[in-house]
Amino acid sequence: MPLKRLRQNISAAFYRHGLLCASYPVPIILFTSASILTCCYPLLKLPLPGTGPVEFTTGVRDYSIPSHESPGDLSERPDWYQGPPVAYIQQVLVKAAVSPWDNSLVPVDVFRSPLGRVFSVLEEIRNHVYTDRSLEALCLQVTDLLPGLRRMQAVLPEHGCLLVSPGNYWQNRRDLFDADPDLLKTVHQHEPKGLHTSATLKDLLFGVPGKQTGVSLYNKKRVVTYTITIALSSYDARFVASLRARLKQLHPSANCTLREDHMVHVHFKEEIGIAELIPLVTTYIILFAYIYFSTRKIDMVKSKWGLALAAVVTVLSSLLMSVGLCTLFGLTPTLNGGEIFPYLVVVIGLENVLVLTKSVVSTPVDLEVKLRIAQGLSNESWSIMKNMATELCIILIGYFTFVPAIQEFCLFAVVGLVSDFFLQMFFFTTVLSIDIRRMELADLNRRLPAEAGMPPPKPGPLRPRETPPPPRPSPHTITLQAPAFRNLRLPKRLRVVYFLARTRLAQRIIMVGTVIWIGILVYTDPAGLRTLLAAQVSEQSPLGEAGLPPHLGVAPVFPGRDPTSTLSVLPAPEPTPLPENQSQGHRAARPEVVPVSSPQITWGPEDEELWRRLSFRHWPALFSYYNITLAKRYISILPVIPVTLHLSPQEAIDTRHPQDTHHAPPPSIKTSDLQADLTLYKVAALGLFAGVVLVLLLFCLYRVLCPRNYGQNGVPHGRRRRGDLPCDEYGYSPPISEISPLLLRGHSMDIECLASDGMLLASCCLARQIRVWDAQTGDCLTVIPNNGLRRSSSSGCWEHRDGWDHIGACEAENIFPIRRRTTPARPALFGDQPDLTPLIDTNFGSLPPSQTLSSSGFDFGGLVEKAYQEHETSPTLAFPPSPPASQQRRRSLGDQPVLPPELPPQNNGDWDSSVWAMELRGNLIATGRSSGKLELWDAVEGSLRCSNEDGVSGITALAFLNNRIVAARLNGSLDFFTVEITKPLGLLQYRGPPGRGSLPPSPCYSSEDVISCQLTRSVQCAHQKQITVLKAAAGRVVTGSQDHTVRVYRLEDSCCLFTLQGHSGGITAIYIDQTMVLASGGQDGTICVWDVLTGSRVSHVYGHRGDVTSLVCTTSCIISSGLDDLICIWDRSTGIKLYSIQQEVGCGASLGVISESLLVTGGQGCVSFWDLNYGDLLQTVYLGQSSEGQSVRQLLVLDNAAIVCDFGNELSLVYVPSVLEKLD
Amino acid sequence: MSADVLLSGGAPMRRGPYISRITNRTMNLLIRAAMLFMVGVFLALVLNLLQVQRNVTLFPPDVISSIFSSAWWVPPCCGTAAALIGLLYPCMDRRLGEPHKLKREWSNVMRCVAVFVGINHASAKVDFANNVQLSLTLAALSVGLWWTFDRSRSGFGLGVIIAILATLATQLLVYNGVFQYTSPDFLYIRSWLPCIFFAGVITVGNIGRQLALYEYKVSQEKTHQD
Repeated sequence: MPLKRLRQNISAAFYRHGLLCASYPVPIILFTSASILTCCYPLLKLPLPGTGPVEFTTGVRDYSIPSHESPGDLSERPDWYQGPPVAYIQQVLVKAAVSPWDNSLVPVDVFRSPLGRVFSVLEEIRNHVYTDRSLEALCLQVTDLLPGLRRMQAVLPEHGCLLVSPGNYWQNRRDLFDADPDLLKTVHQHEPKGLHTSATLKDLLFGVPGKQTGVSLYNKKRVVTYTITIALSSYDARFVASLRARLKQLHPSANCTLREDHMVHVHFKEEIGIAELIPLVTTYIILFAYIYFSTRKIDMVKSKWGLALAAVVTVLSSLLMSVGLCTLFGLTPTLNGGEIFPYLVVVIGLENVLVLTKSVVSTPVDLEVKLRIAQGLSNESWSIMKNMATELCIILIGYFTFVPAIQEFCLFAVVGLVSDFFLQMFFFTTVLSIDIRRMELADLNRRLPAEAGMPPPKPGPLRPRETPPPPRPSPHTITLQAPAFRNLRLPKRLRVVYFLARTRLAQRIIMVGTVIWIGILVYTDPAGLRTLLAAQVSEQSPLGEAGLPPHLGVAPVFPGRDPTSTLSVLPAPEPTPLPENQSQGHRAARPEVVPVSSPQITWGPEDEELWRRLSFRHWPALFSYYNITLAKRYISILPVIPVTLHLSPQEAIDTRHPQDTHHAPPPSIKTSDLQADLTLYKVAALGLFAGVVLVLLLFCLYRVLCPRNYGQNGVPHGRRRRGDLPCDEYGYSPPISEISPLLLRGHSMDIECLASDGMLLASCCLARQIRVWDAQTGDCLTVIPNNGLRRSSSSGCWEHRDGWDHIGACEAENIFPIRRRTTPARPALFGDQPDLTPLIDTNFGSLPPSQTLSSSGFDFGGLVEKAYQEHETSPTLAFPPSPPASQQRRRSLGDQPVLPPELPPQNNGDWDSSVWAMELRGNLIATGRSSGKLELWDAVEGSLRCSNEDGVSGITALAFLNNRIVAARLNGSLDFFTVEITKPLGLLQYRGPPGRGSLPPSPCYSSEDVISCQLTRSVQCAHQKQITVLKAAAGRVVTGSQDHTVRVYRLEDSCCLFTLQGHSGGITAIYIDQTMVLASGGQDGTICVWDVLTGSRVSHVYGHRGDVTSLVCTTSCIISSGLDDLICIWDRSTGIKLYSIQQEVGCGASLGVISESLLVTGGQGCVSFWDLNYGDLLQTVYLGQSSEGQSVRQLLVLDNAAIVCDFGNELSLVYVPSVLEKLD
Repeated sequence: MSADVLLSGGAPMRRGPYISRITNRTMNLLIRAAMLFMVGVFLALVLNLLQVQRNVTLFPPDVISSIFSSAWWVPPCCGTAAALIGLLYPCMDRRLGEPHKLKREWSNVMRCVAVFVGINHASAKVDFANNVQLSLTLAALSVGLWWTFDRSRSGFGLGVIIAILATLATQLLVYNGVFQYTSPDFLYIRSWLPCIFFAGVITVGNIGRQLALYEYKVSQEKTHQD
């Protein structure tokens, strides 16, 4: 019992919390963000993860090896500064130049003799002894190189001091150096090709970045820089000091003010090797798979990706919060964060988030958002709390293992769990509520235009919606459901193309590729971009040598003297203030004219710590060659010893190798520039070429993959004034067809009824004029005027025509509200429209006495009374939304009580009663009138062949099959008529028994025949309420009614076979075909599929959010359209929704199936063709110039693959475009 | 066009060749076995890398420097074992007539795999005070894994049996000198080995059941259609 009470309490608390979150989303999100940031604040103190080295500087003078004990004092000594370093690095920085420069010198002289001096300096260092300590005793002794570095064996020192210098290239032997014909080749032969991130051999040996060495033929400064790097195993301050003093004394550096009092300790982090990376990567892959599979389950929300992002953000920020909180309370994580992170995510999990989402979206849609959130939360409260308690228990158990690492993990996990719970409850719930509200808003917006003219809807939905419908993103998009089925139907090729199109993958790849390419270009610097830029910068800067006063430039040069004095006094004189490029170009052309600048050696603060410019992997790389790891250890770098060398030109000439002069005389800077430029051009051209090839390749791929000429035939058209072209989900807008439909003009008012039997086409307009057309050619064959005899009496009707045109336009727009919403306010809305009044027959009671046919034996009085009563009450009834074909009728019906009858009762009522239903078989047109009169006309001659006035209630629907006509009446009765054709000879000529085959033969008759139409049976109470739909096929007559039932009758004996119950609203659409498939759709938005043979329900699906307006079947699927402007395609056998097509608001709901895979829908002034297999919009055909406001309400598919649709007062005959024919 | 022809063939033809091939039982079995084999090989490689890093197992030195950081026969053996176990679990479920019902989702399977890798990670990386503690912790973790993701008695029994058999096999291998552990503490092997085996069996069984779910679904759909 206490458990139960606890449960109730938890549930109530969650409910209240949900209400809170949904009520104040913005403050709560702000509060959550603030708390996340606060909790993450301590993270700023943590070092960023990475393998970059850390530095610590101490003074040289009072240096002592740090003790191993942790420092007691709270100095800023880092933790790693303990114990002796791996090595002390002493660098001797040598700057050498041949000075003064002589025009007789060749470029090789720039570096040959300066490099040659390294051997003497080396000798000096090696032999330096200070109080019986030599370098041999102090330096770091190295043994073998790593086995994999055999090729470096000749270059790097083995067995002895770790002392590297450029001399290593020549095994530290002067004779080898002197014998080397091409120094540059020797230096560069070890350089790796292509991309490299670690230190190269050149960097290692020279000890300065490659660009600064000056060892190149195009060295403009003519100063060579290199270092001799000594690794010392122990630090002897006096030895180092004496070495420094000695070198300085030998090679004094003037104006050198390098600081010598700081020692830098560099600590290297642990490097992550491939072997350790693989498990890490694996765990991350598993983590991402987990997140993917989890978020895939989020469904039925407005933005799936947004929620998935919110879920991931929840988990991540909870982790960050936990780390921050742990840091705040002094629990600095010693574990490798990256390693345990995936496990933490898995432990914390996304489950709660998913459960919450699922629970909330499964609450009733018609509830308020607040209540939905609250209800969803409280439903899941118990399981959430239970899971949380279980996890905490597990973690507690883990804590008692007393293993430090596990304890730490557990502590972490506890904090993470709590913060995750907090974020789920506050952050995610609020985001969810916002999302759900957005979804509802989107729904509302979609419906708003239709409701604009309506009184505000009552609070509370008129009809509760049972299940939450899927989100509807935007007009003319296809909402895909059940990805498995979608995959089944789409070929792989198309899916790939769609994927590419949807994600704009190609563009993004190209973009990223370009960026990477540029990055690589800059990084590897193949064309010397950086030097080019640097040169340009130095040219532009006013501080160049050119800015020096000219009188200094003529100062004499002292060739044989101590070079120090020369250089100390004189910076390089550059008399011509020309840019360097130009001056050198001039010099190459006329070397004797332009004075030559002498190289100068300067020491600046940038030389103090030249090693900083090296790759941070420089030292680890050097030591790793000797299998010494610097990971988690540190080295101490001693202040650099500057050495300046000046060489006379004579010395340079003496050290020349005989081949050096064979080199071309200094290539003019022009050619060198040209060379650089050439490389640049080469690279640029290569890049351009690659880009072009890539584009061509993609283009070819595109052409291969996309067989359709997307948008190629897109003729510019000014017809479409609405901005948005219909397009499918992938943004593909098919070309607008320039096919001009055949317009059949002649009617003066809107066409109301349309019937065809394949050859002929009969149409009836509101003016009750019936026209018969040839379905092939579109010729008007016959016109049956509405009032051949009594034109004068109905002139009132025609007088209204002036006003009709403009009223008609607004009236056409007002169609939407009628069919969009069932509302009792409708009569008030339309009561002021006078245009329909003359067309409406209101005098049911006064049947014309002069009826030709024999009067029936029924007493009509009661019926008339009933009809009147029904008419009185009909406006307050829920208006039966129905296929647009019948709307005009209904409207006139609804208006009846409001409008006073203007016309006096007329004798010949059949002219004035409007045609409510029309059917065409053979040459006979059957019309059902509002007066309840059934007439048969000869379609060719336009003569009335017979009429039957047995019923008084208006005929709402007609079915003409073989020789039988079934008429459904307003009062719910169903009349079966038999058409008998009596030849003058008295022969009956029918072809074929009923229900024999595909097309029932038309009754054959000639004009002499006497045609009679007799009521064979009248089912008085076929339905409790009016019959809305009547369909006949395969010997069955199916009626659907407002009373929520469908009835199946046998045509021959008018026997009711089944009453099908299953809808919870009036029936609005029925489909039956020759294969005895019966589908029905109702006002409740459900679609039922029935087995006509047994009367059992095959499937029952909830399809639309409003009435089902029309239904069509193919052999494999059912297509339905509803008031929600959605066209849904269902699998016929399983009843599973394959996909749905969102149409524009207010588009027609007419549907037609041309073939197995071709669907045609009517829209605003256009018809659209869809590929049923993929849901693609294939083509849109516009019907007329004045396409605005007119929507296609009826659509008939003829046998010759043409479609006929009504279009205002015209008929459009559209032949299926040739593009589409290919598809079949 | 071919798709059109295929699709217009009516309801029974609408299944593509791919699906019908999946529906084929033996083909399905083969696919599943191959997938499980790959999973086994992959896990063996990755987890071995973890062990090798800590020098838990010793293989001949030249093999270590190779890409696969373990003897060539380990991954195929693990793969085969994974395939067998992964097929055995759903088969057993069907025989016993008690289908596994606990949270049959891929996200859950992924979670299970992650926890398994985590257990291995812990066994290789975390410093425990002594081996008993380590083994006990891992045993608790393994049972927790079973409780979280399986909870079927048959699964537990099969896991225990296979773990014992695998431990015996490992002992035999070590006894015959094929490889060795650096610090064996329980009859030539490490005492946590049975726990790892048990967790592995549970994980692979979970994957196998999830894979078998597809066949089950397809066949169910088929009978429904018939």
